Order: sequence, then C-alpha cells, then structure tokens
Amino acid sequence: MNTQTLYDKLWNSHLVRTEADGTSLIYIDRHLVHEVTSPQAFEGMRMAHRKPWRVGSILAVPDHNVPTKNLAAGITDPISRLQVETLDANCAELGITEFKMGDIRQGVVHVMGPEQGATLPGMTVVCGDSHTSTHGAFGALAHGIGTSEVEHVMATQCLVAKKSKTMLVKVDGKLGHGVTSKDIALEVIGMIGTAGGTGYAIEFGGDTIRGLSMEGRMTLCNMAIEAGARAGMVAADEVTFEYIKGRPFAPQASQWDAAVTYWRTLHSDAGAKFDTTITLDAAKIKPQVTWGTSPEMVLPVDGIVPDPAKMADPVKRSDTERALQYMGLKANTPITEIKIDKVFIGSCTNGRIEDMRAAAAVAKGGKVAASVMLAMVVPGSGLVKAQAEKEGLDKIFIAAGFEWRDPGCSMCLAMNDDRLSSGERCASTSNRNFEGRQGQGGRTHLVSPAMAAAAALAGHFVDVSKQ
Amino acid sequence: MQKFEKFSGLVAPLDRANVDTDAIIPKQFLKSIKRSGFGPYAFDEWRYLDHGEPGMDCSTRPLNKDFVLNQARYQGAQVLLARENFGCGSSREHAPWALDDYGFRVVIAPSFADIFFNNCFKNGMLPIKLAADKVDELFKAVEAKNGFALAVDLVQQTLTTPDGVVYKFEVDEFRKHCLLNGLDDIGLTLQHKADISSFETKHRASQPWLFA
Repeated sequence: MNTQTLYDKLWNSHLVRTEADGTSLIYIDRHLVHEVTSPQAFEGMRMAHRKPWRVGSILAVPDHNVPTKNLAAGITDPISRLQVETLDANCAELGITEFKMGDIRQGVVHVMGPEQGATLPGMTVVCGDSHTSTHGAFGALAHGIGTSEVEHVMATQCLVAKKSKTMLVKVDGKLGHGVTSKDIALEVIGMIGTAGGTGYAIEFGGDTIRGLSMEGRMTLCNMAIEAGARAGMVAADEVTFEYIKGRPFAPQASQWDAAVTYWRTLHSDAGAKFDTTITLDAAKIKPQVTWGTSPEMVLPVDGIVPDPAKMADPVKRSDTERALQYMGLKANTPITEIKIDKVFIGSCTNGRIEDMRAAAAVAKGGKVAASVMLAMVVPGSGLVKAQAEKEGLDKIFIAAGFEWRDPGCSMCLAMNDDRLSSGERCASTSNRNFEGRQGQGGRTHLVSPAMAAAAALAGHFVDVSKQ
Repeated sequence: MQKFEKFSGLVAPLDRANVDTDAIIPKQFLKSIKRSGFGPYAFDEWRYLDHGEPGMDCSTRPLNKDFVLNQARYQGAQVLLARENFGCGSSREHAPWALDDYGFRVVIAPSFADIFFNNCFKNGMLPIKLAADKVDELFKAVEAKNGFALAVDLVQQTLTTPDGVVYKFEVDEFRKHCLLNGLDDIGLTLQHKADISSFETKHRASQPWLFA
C-alpha cells in the first residue's frame, strides 16, 4: 500500500506542475504579509504592472515596527513610520485586508493568523518571515520566504520549490512539572543543531505532542526554523478543530463538516517512511536555558556553562570561546547563578494567551527582583491582551512589577524602541539569541514564559520544575 | 536580473560557522522600503566600532580593524568564503541584497540555511556548497596568498585557483538556467498561467472554504 507522510499529502495536494529536475510550482492558499519584507515586493509588482493573483488570499498586519507603549502617539521614528504607512497604502490600493495599528485584531503576524482562523489544516501558508513555520501546527504546510518570493506568490499564487526531505521528531511520555513545548523545542535544537533540519520538513509526533494545546504546538513549530527546517508541522486532530471552530476566517457552518472530514485525513499514514526519525522521552526533558549566541547553545537549567578548554574540535572550541566572550560568561558557571538585567515575555514564539497564563501563574504574588531593571510582558495581539485583561493577568503582572505593554514583535528583534543596551542580559521567551538580536551588544538567554517570569522574580535563572 | 557570467574574483575569508542574517544586516536597516543601498551596512556590528543607524555616512565611521573585511588585502572581494550553516535565521532578503550591494557575487560554504540559499538565486548571486575539507583548503590557500582570486565558471560548474586547482560544484539545473540567462522567475511562472488556473478551479471545487 502506498503510505504517505503528512508532508507528502500537503505537497501532493498543492502541486501545480513539476519539471524534470524536480523543480515544482506549489499553489499557495494563504499569504500573510507584514511591513518589513513586503514594500519591495509591492514596488516590484507596480514596476511590472502586475496585480495580485488572488487578493482574498492575502492578510496583512504591521508588527515589527509597532511601538508597545503610547500607541496613541503613533510611531516616532520617521523611517519606521514610513514603512508601516507604506503597508497601509499598498493594502488600500490593492484592496488587501489589513489589521492596522490600533485595531484590536492587530498583533504579531503569526499570532494574528491562527487567532483569526486564517490558518487552516491542509493549507499552504507563506509569509516573508522565517517564523511562518508556526502555522504548521494546524496540519498545514507553512514556511518563510524572501521578498522576491513574496512578490512571486502575490503575482502567481504559486511558489517555486523542490520537495524537502522528511524528519519525524517523535516525543512520547509525560512532560514534567514546569516543562513546556518551548523546552521540547530547545531540547531538539540542542540535539540536532541549528542546521540539523536544513533541507527537511519536520513533523512533530508522538503522544506528548498530541497532548499539547494549539498554543504549545505553535511554539514548537515556530522554533522548527531554529533547527534549520523551513517547515514544521503537527497532524490535525480534535484539538485543532476545536481551536478553529467559530473563528472569523474559519469555514462557515454549511462547510464545516466537509472541512473536518477532509482535515481528519491530514496525518502521516501508519508505516509512512521518513528520511530521518528522532525520538525523545518527554519525562527526561528539563527546563532549558540558552547560554550562547545560537539556539543550539542550550542546556538544562541545572547545567553548567561549557568549558571550551575541554573541547577537542577546534571550530567548536573557538565558537564557544567567542560566544562566552560575547555573553560575558565564565566557563563552568552554573546556569542558576547567571544574573539577569531584563526580562522579555512575548513574541511569535510565546506571546499567546497560554504563555501569558503560564508567566502570570509564576508571577502571582511575587515581586520582580530589585536588580532587574525592566521586566516587560508584550501580548502577541490585541485580542490576547484583551483576553488576558479579562482574566486579570495584567493586574497580576503589574502588581509584581512587570510592565504590561501593547502587542507587537517588540524586543524579540528590537526593531521598535524596545531593546537591550550593550552588555545587558535578558531572559527572553523569544526565538533567537544571535549577537545583537535584541540590541547591539545585548545578551539573550532563551527560555519558556514560566522560566522567564521566575527569573524576573529571583534576578537569576531558577528551576521552575522544582517550584 | 543581471546574467551571471564567468569572472575571476578576489576571495575574502569569514572564518565563522552559523553566520546569521541578523549579523549580515542588522534589523535597524530593515526599515528601508528600498532594495538597494544596504552594502555600506553589511556586517555592520562587526565592521564598525560605533552603532550604525540607517542613513549614516559610513565613510566617516570608525572601522573595526580586527574584522576581516576591513583588511586592505580583501578590499574589492567578490567571493565570500565562510563556514557551516551560512545565512541561518531570519528570512530577510536584505541579507543577499547587502552582500550583493557590497560587491559579493558568490558565497562559498560547506552548508547554507535554506531560505538564504534560495534568496541568493533570486538576486543573481551564486551560493556554492563545497565539502568542508575543500572549504578548509581554500581558507588555507586564501590566507597563504595575497590577492588570492577564484575563477568562477557557472557553465562548467568549476572554481579554479591561481595555481590551476579546479573544484567542481553542484547546482540545480533550473537555477543555473535562470542565473545564466538572467531570467525573472515570475515571468517564467506566468508562462504556466493555464496550469495554475486549472489547478485553482479543481482546488476550489474540493475545498471551497479556502476561497470563502
């Protein structure tokens, strides 16, 4: 019998044509657009007198440049402002649906899309942003593209692609107390490295994954790109359907049953062959903390900073030395002794309601340590913010000394005013700890929301699984 | 898009693994709504001692003398030699735009991140994967000889050193064809307009909710 992986099914159901060398045209169902990677694409279309193939497939939102406080004052940086205004003008001209600044539906593009029901099982989803892998959590084929491809998809509704290899990351068992899908993601990246998934589409499976909420699955797929994989995915199931039902862009009642019937087929067949399979025991995963300048430089919270002197491989040794120097860390320091200056809770990785709840549960009744200069919580969208406020989470954060901000990408990449100063050390729920990512000279440690909140209260990393 | 023709170019060695696109072009420069002018800000945080902002006149900024691209012997380099997983991280096409604008036409590394690799071809640049030991040989050769240049021949898929050592490299037929002829992807795809339309009609019939 011809068994297929989920990736095979998604690929085959969108294949428009294939050339002799395997180069294919893949039909794209959903195109998400933000202000940073789209202006040159719109300009290219205009220069070539082209119009979007299917305007209804496009959904736009500004997120990278958006301020997270004093929203009413607008964007003060004129270059940032022009970029957002350019998106507004392009969308208005072409009739593209956009959730502008100030709209409660505005937020980080990868939070907004699923929240609106604009990401559905069986879809192909693209966006000029590497974290588009997030949407694979719905049993969709979703990946980030460059600006030339943004223009290509707008003009042709297709992407030129070659089929990826497939990797199954199978996680079974029960996650320990305080251990989240962020920790699974970092554990996997630590195992296979940031290039381990290059050339692959990763499917996350196993009973641990089945037990994750949609928010948890999105966090996991979001980080697939940090393992080098353009696409991460999870098979659609009842959890998926329940999440989607009733959302604005979800199928209407008359089409719902037909849609769900189809969506139930969106899983890898029993016995389907993957090019690579990795298995993890969930019970053995501990809360993770990155110590270096690449997401693969990660350790369990009870670990100690590695010692380059003990490394045989010269490339690895010099990378470690460079990372420790940039991070201002000494070899053999216990992770729990690393003191932090700032805390950032938010981003397309961990800016959803469940993340807010997890951080608030830790923050409740506590106080941000006096040594911590700033602890900020940035909800992923206006709707996440409203929901959190309805649950009183904002009050918990504010009482504990956190700042409660407006939605946007914020200090994940520091394109707006939220950034680290040189030498500042941050516990961050974002996705990249690259040099300068959160501000030139800034030092990032990637953690889960609970770990970030706990670090804010203690002033250093602590093991939330022991609390 | 410009056609990719045979050339001989000075090689600059960037001896780091996992060079990410945030390092190639930091976020503050992504606020531009143009495709050009990123070259002076390529590797900004490594290249200059001060903090760069869009619109700065880079000719007066203090250079980091320790950064390899600032060394006199690598001025005018057109080929960048790097280590594993070059171009990882963000999908920003500003990274190849910055390298291109700086003057690089070719990047050689043992491996590349997928999105960056793809983005290069869309801009007439050629990323070349060579085995790690070959890349290592090239690093040593570049270090040993001032003015080390490589002859890049895409038709033959070869790199030739000044001493006549030839390295073969692989490239997708379709991508090679597009580079050599300077072809615009969109124009090519639109030749298959009828195929796209007929696919779309079937797709709409089977999953109408996608078109609501």
